[in-house]
Amino acid sequence: MNEQSTDTFYLPVGLPIPESESDGLSEPFWSGLREGRLLVQRCVHCKTWQFGPEWLCHRCHEFDPAWEEVEPVGKIYSWERVWHPAHQALKEHGPYIAVLVELPDAGNIRLVGNLLGDPMQDVVIGAEVEGQFEHHHNANPPYSLLQWRYR
Amino acid sequence: MRLRSLKGRVAIVGIGESVYYRHGKSPDSEFKLALKAILAACDDAGVRPTDIDGFASFSDDRNDASRLAAALGIRQLRTATMQWGGGGGGCCAAVANGAAAIEAGMAECVVVFRSLAQGQFGRFGQTRNIHTISGEKAYLMPYGVLAPPQRFAMRVRRFMHDHGIEQEAMRAIALASYHHAQANPRAVMYGKPLDADGYDASRWIVEPFHLYDCCMENDGAAAIILMSAERARDLRNVPVYMLGAASGSGYRAGADPHNSPSYASANFGTLAPDLYRMAGVGPDDVGVVQCYENFTGGVLMALVEHGLVRADQANDFFRLENLIAPSGKLPLNTSGGNLAECYVHGMELVVEAVRQVRGTSTNQAPRNDVALVVGGPMVTPASDLLLGTEAVL
Repeated sequence: MNEQSTDTFYLPVGLPIPESESDGLSEPFWSGLREGRLLVQRCVHCKTWQFGPEWLCHRCHEFDPAWEEVEPVGKIYSWERVWHPAHQALKEHGPYIAVLVELPDAGNIRLVGNLLGDPMQDVVIGAEVEGQFEHHHNANPPYSLLQWRYR
Repeated sequence: MRLRSLKGRVAIVGIGESVYYRHGKSPDSEFKLALKAILAACDDAGVRPTDIDGFASFSDDRNDASRLAAALGIRQLRTATMQWGGGGGGCCAAVANGAAAIEAGMAECVVVFRSLAQGQFGRFGQTRNIHTISGEKAYLMPYGVLAPPQRFAMRVRRFMHDHGIEQEAMRAIALASYHHAQANPRAVMYGKPLDADGYDASRWIVEPFHLYDCCMENDGAAAIILMSAERARDLRNVPVYMLGAASGSGYRAGADPHNSPSYASANFGTLAPDLYRMAGVGPDDVGVVQCYENFTGGVLMALVEHGLVRADQANDFFRLENLIAPSGKLPLNTSGGNLAECYVHGMELVVEAVRQVRGTSTNQAPRNDVALVVGGPMVTPASDLLLGTEAVL
C-alpha cells in the first residue's frame, strides 16, 4: 500500500472537524482515515462504486453497500486556489489549493482535498496524484484527512 | 386528451419590491420587508391583499406563509408551497408551483416571494461557530472549502478547461450587470460603475472568481402575484403569461460531495428541453435573459445549456456589447441582477423579466415577447421559466 502519513497540517487548526452523521452512515470512511486507510462504498451485489456514502446502492438498490479499501491514487479532475478567508481560522493565512481528485481504480469516484506544496504552484488537470493521510490525533474529537501531492 | 401544461394558463399580474439595501442596512426586519414587497405587488396589480389565498417560496424562506396570512388578514389560505433546495435554485420553481396550484383549481391568487435580511440573520459567505460537521460539508470544510464561491469554483474551472473558456468571458457577464445597474435607480450598485480594468484589478476570492464574479449579499424582498389567465385579463396591467417552466436536475446531480456525473455543468441539461417544449418556443425566440448570478461562471454554463450559445463560441459571444440592452444580441441581467441590483435570491430577476415583457425596464430590450429566467445555476434542484406576451400564446 502506497501509504504516507503526516502529523503536520496543511491548513491552520480551527476549521470544522469532520465526523459521521448520527446514524453512522459514513463512520467507516472516517474511522478508515484515522487508520490510514481509504474506504469507499462498493456494492457486493453489482460491484458498483459509490461516493459519497448512502444506505442504498444507486444502481441495483441493494441496501448497505460494503466498504472496500482503495489505494489513494488518482488524477486531478479540477482545482481552485482560495484567497478569501471564509473562516476565522484562515484569516492572514494566504492562498491555499483545493483539488478534486478522481480515482480511476474506484469507478472514477471523486474526493476533495488539498494539494500539498507551494500554494502558488501550477495545478494541472489530469495530473497524477497520491494521497497522504493527515492525522489530527490531538483534536477533540480526533480525526484524519486525506491530502494529495503530485506523484 | 388535453395537453398538460402551464402555457398561457396563468399570468403574473403584479410585481413589488422593498427598497434594496446593502447587507445589514435595512431598517426593517426581514418579515416587514416581505410584507412591503407583497403589498407593493398588490398595489401594482390592483388586487386587495385580502384576495391572496396562497403563498409560494423557496430556499427555506423564514417568513412563514401562515404568519403572512395572519398578518395580512387573509380570509382563507388555500396553498402554501416551499420548493426544496438552497440558493436561488428555486426562484423559478416557486413561480411554477404557485401557478400549478392555480391551474389545478386549488387557489385563485398566489403570491410568490423571497425576503432576505442578512443583517438580522447573518451572511452566507462566512462560516463560524461550527465545531464538528457531518454529511456533505464534512468532506469539504476541513479542506477550507467552506463558502459558496469555494464550493462552486471547481465546477467552473473544469468547464473552462473542457471548452477553453477565458476569464474575459466571465468578466463580460459582470460588466453587463454593472452596466445595467447604472440606469436602474433601485440597484444597490447604482452610481458605482465597473469597467474592465476595475474587474481585472479586483482581488481573487477563489480562482477563477474575482470579487466581481461573485454575487452581493443584501437586504431586500421581492414578490409577484399570479392569477389565472382569465382573471388576469380583467386587471389593470397587461398580463405577463407563463409560457413554460421546469425544475429539477439530471442523473445523480445530488451525488455529494462533488460526485455528480455532469459535474462541469449548471444542471440545466435536462431542464432546458422540458422548458422549451412546454413553451413551444426555442432558444432563437428568446429576446432577453435574466440568469441567476451566484457566480458569473454559472451564468455562462447555464446559457450554453439553454442553447443560447455554443460552448466553443463562448469566448466570442460573451462580450459586453453582446449582453447589454438595447443594442446587444442577447441583453442579459438588465436590472443588474444579483451582482449589482440586489441579491434577493433571484426573485428580483423574475420581477425584472416581467418588466421586460411589459416593456417597462430601465434597460428595455427590443425583443421582449419571450423572456427567459434562469434560477440557481449549479445547484440542485435548479429551475427556469419562460414568460411572454399574449402574442406568443
